[in-house]
Amino acid sequence: MLDRTRLMAVIRKEVRQFRRDSRSLVLAFVLPIVLLVFFGYAITWDVNDIRMAVVDQDHGSRARALVDAFRAAKLFRVVATPERTADIRPLLDRSVVRMVLVIPPTFSKDLGAGRTAHVQAIMDGSDANTATIAIGYTQALVQQYGARLEAANGPIRLPVEARTRVWFNEELSSSNMIVPGLVVLIMMIIAGLITSLTIAREWERGTMEQLAATPVTRLEVVLGKIVPFLVIGMVDVAVTSVVGVLLFHVPFRGNALFLAGPTFLFLAGTLGLGLAISAVSRTQLLATQIGMLATFLPGLLLSGFMYPIENMPPVLQLITYFVPARYFLVVVRGVFLKGVGPGVLWGQAVLMLVYAVALIGLAVRSFRKEIT
Amino acid sequence: MSALPDGPAVAPSDRVVVVEELTRRFGTFTAVDHVTFDVGRGEVFGFLGPNGAGKTTTIKMLTGLLQPTSGRGTVAGFDLRRDTEAIKRNIGYMSQLFSLYGDLTVEENIRFFAGLNGVPRARRDARRDWVLEMAGLTDARTRLTRELSLGWKQRLALGTAVLHEPPILFLDEPTSGVDPISRRAFWDLIYQLASQGTTVFVSTHYMEEAEYCNRLALMNRGRIVALDRPAVLRASMPSPLFELETGDGPRSVEALAGTPGVIEAGLYGRLVHVLVCDAAAARAELPALLAAKGIALVRMDAVEPSLEDVFVALVHASGGAVEG
Amino acid sequence: MIDRPAMVALDGLTRRFGDILAVDALTLSVGRGELFGLVGPDGAGKTTTLRMLAGVLRPSGGDARLNGVSVARDPEGVKHSIAYMSQRFGLYTDLTVAENIEFYADLYRVPRAAREARLDRLYRFSALGPFRDRLAGQLSGGMKQKLALSCCLVHEPAILLLDEPTFGVDPISRRDLWLIVHEMVAHGTTVVVSTAYLDEAERFDRLVLLHKGRSLAIDTAAALQAAMSAAILSVPVDRVREARLVAERVPGVHRAAVFGDRLHVTVEIGDEAAARVADALRAAGHVVGDVRRIVPTLEDVFIHRIAGAA
Repeated sequence: MLDRTRLMAVIRKEVRQFRRDSRSLVLAFVLPIVLLVFFGYAITWDVNDIRMAVVDQDHGSRARALVDAFRAAKLFRVVATPERTADIRPLLDRSVVRMVLVIPPTFSKDLGAGRTAHVQAIMDGSDANTATIAIGYTQALVQQYGARLEAANGPIRLPVEARTRVWFNEELSSSNMIVPGLVVLIMMIIAGLITSLTIAREWERGTMEQLAATPVTRLEVVLGKIVPFLVIGMVDVAVTSVVGVLLFHVPFRGNALFLAGPTFLFLAGTLGLGLAISAVSRTQLLATQIGMLATFLPGLLLSGFMYPIENMPPVLQLITYFVPARYFLVVVRGVFLKGVGPGVLWGQAVLMLVYAVALIGLAVRSFRKEIT
Repeated sequence: MSALPDGPAVAPSDRVVVVEELTRRFGTFTAVDHVTFDVGRGEVFGFLGPNGAGKTTTIKMLTGLLQPTSGRGTVAGFDLRRDTEAIKRNIGYMSQLFSLYGDLTVEENIRFFAGLNGVPRARRDARRDWVLEMAGLTDARTRLTRELSLGWKQRLALGTAVLHEPPILFLDEPTSGVDPISRRAFWDLIYQLASQGTTVFVSTHYMEEAEYCNRLALMNRGRIVALDRPAVLRASMPSPLFELETGDGPRSVEALAGTPGVIEAGLYGRLVHVLVCDAAAARAELPALLAAKGIALVRMDAVEPSLEDVFVALVHASGGAVEG
Repeated sequence: MIDRPAMVALDGLTRRFGDILAVDALTLSVGRGELFGLVGPDGAGKTTTLRMLAGVLRPSGGDARLNGVSVARDPEGVKHSIAYMSQRFGLYTDLTVAENIEFYADLYRVPRAAREARLDRLYRFSALGPFRDRLAGQLSGGMKQKLALSCCLVHEPAILLLDEPTFGVDPISRRDLWLIVHEMVAHGTTVVVSTAYLDEAERFDRLVLLHKGRSLAIDTAAALQAAMSAAILSVPVDRVREARLVAERVPGVHRAAVFGDRLHVTVEIGDEAAARVADALRAAGHVVGDVRRIVPTLEDVFIHRIAGAA
């Protein structure tokens, strides 16, 4: 079933071929870094610098003070101050601004008379994410301003005060959320892609027919193809983690060893999946396409990377139990951001072991040493 | 008439391919070394050569794909250096690696290549019908190409190569693997085209195909080492050839090769073919040689050389094949 | 040869692809140390048969036993005693000559102690020695085939299955390849080879003529030639193409074919045919040389059989 000489022979051949194939080398070593940097910088949920316009119809000193509060906020940038409300629409249509603050002419008078003064904020809702955040900040800024005015008249006391503290990701920096997830995603893509090519490629080139006529066993071929890429994958995870820490200042609070074990299992399973896909697709083209579908999409959409699993409909939540990236994401985020160890993560690790064994088994069973 | 095997000599104005001192170097390596020959209109010309002989390089120059380093030549009247585009338009090429589209029908393939090769619109229907009839595929015009057997595919490929009525046709081992009946029918087609004035240039490793040619050129190590009709080549074998039936073919070859008086010893099935300097000396010495090695000799006859024997002898005489 | 134990025995071996019957109940046996040919043109079923024997294609029906092991029941078991050379070059073009051979030596677990001597011999035979470190993809066609053959021979198999080893190879390299094969046969290896080159087929011990999946005949080339129920006349004549049309119309002539500068005319056995053909040609204005009866080539035999079957 498994002969050491034959297994080592397959491993040696795979390594030699890999070393001489510049395309695979780029795919394995350069692409992960490029993807990490590119996505890391491009994907951010932090919102800054929302362009706004102010229509100040009051011109009083209190109106100007309110506008100054907005100017001072990092979140906003006042880029236009039209005179008339009629000018608002074109600015929003052409996306010159995303928000308009309108201070009515009665603002100062109302405040002076002790009445509640109203201001109007108009949002461009077509980017709901930004609009939601902008609304929140606007309300906060306005209330702060209101509180300051009250405070000027004497100390105020709020009955309940919330003090919030954020653990693990204090700055609420989305990089901290994204980068560990990206490591997972990139690994899935690379691992899946690399191996989805190899068996299909050998059938296409005619070398598999020749190999199939020898006593080499299916297990030897599958393991022989997985082992070199397993080593490469581990190196990749290490390198991308280091880049993530250095470039994006993502904290690494856990122990690297606790990351190594689950990484090994995750890679083994994903490589097995890639090989299984390669075994059933007789052409490289088909293998690559199915490979992308089976690794990239679930990794992106169903692992909890982009969209929290808890918010998904129950059916999809059920499906995510079968997406191994989900478990690995928990481990990666846990080790990076929370610094937890096997005590907490052992459950995920066991699931990943099951997954690895199952998918490698699938690869062995899918691979047939005969022409169909 | 036509320039068939024993036809008249071809007049200079009827030469479709003319090369003089054609040379091609790659760095310090001379692939084609001052090659000179010509091919007449309607001639079926065969081009042979072992590995590294310079055959492929020569053909690339003739088909306008590669520039010569020195020397000159014309194909269909067009200069090899200056008019490569015109040459490409005026030749038909049928390669061994199959260029037809399997998932198109016979007719669709013809139409595609008619467009690709610039057959004038007005002529397309006529040419299509001509090719279908020539290839015997009129009834099969709507069949998918991949469903045809190899013999029929070759006929279709030949048809698409002559759609644009080129004066010269280049064939690369066209009937390898095809069954003998289809092969003969295919060569009938070739002869038919030749008699209508198309010059056919055949490159092959396959001696059977070489036999069909009017004249053969044998290249080795960049030079032409023989150029004549197959019958003349066979008869011109300078050295006598003996066929030996022995108790151990391979050991006999080992024993005989390299002994003085033996030019070349090789296996021919279980039999041994030995090329010698002198027939009488061979009859006297070889049996004793074998007996000394303990190899039984059943019979030893002088035989007429096959074209392959001639080929091997000529290559040997010109320095042997290039290794690698 | 009949009383040698059969190393390769086919019994009703069949393979279908959809509606197409690629190999139709093939039955034959090959003795130890025999050089056996599967001979036939494209579509005859040669590759399909060899793939089944090598255990890389499952038979649709029937069976074959190689060295006593059934290919239908135990395809993996067969692989220990055989070496298979596929029609398409099946080695790794991005590995060197030495790396490819080493790989196959490992796959068959050739003991280290034996390797040096064997590799020496293989390199000598194949003249690949100077190209040890060259990438296989950079070898010429003939050298590639020699490399493939070397990889097959490294574990000294009992049975060698070769699928058109000389296809597209130049005549010099072809001779080298056959020399290697004959050496192996002389040392007791059983070799089953396929070829579409009928002139090569004359060198086999025995052969099966295959046509569209069926066997037309199984015997030695000599016996097939002798058993032919017609005679072949070699007729040197001028204007061969026109002469052919004349010859075919002569009564008693089955067919006539152009062979370079002469006609090969297939006639009923009997001398009068020669005279009749020569007379007819002369009457049509041709110059006719010496008409001789020649030994039919395998191609003549093949065509005669197919025409007979038609």
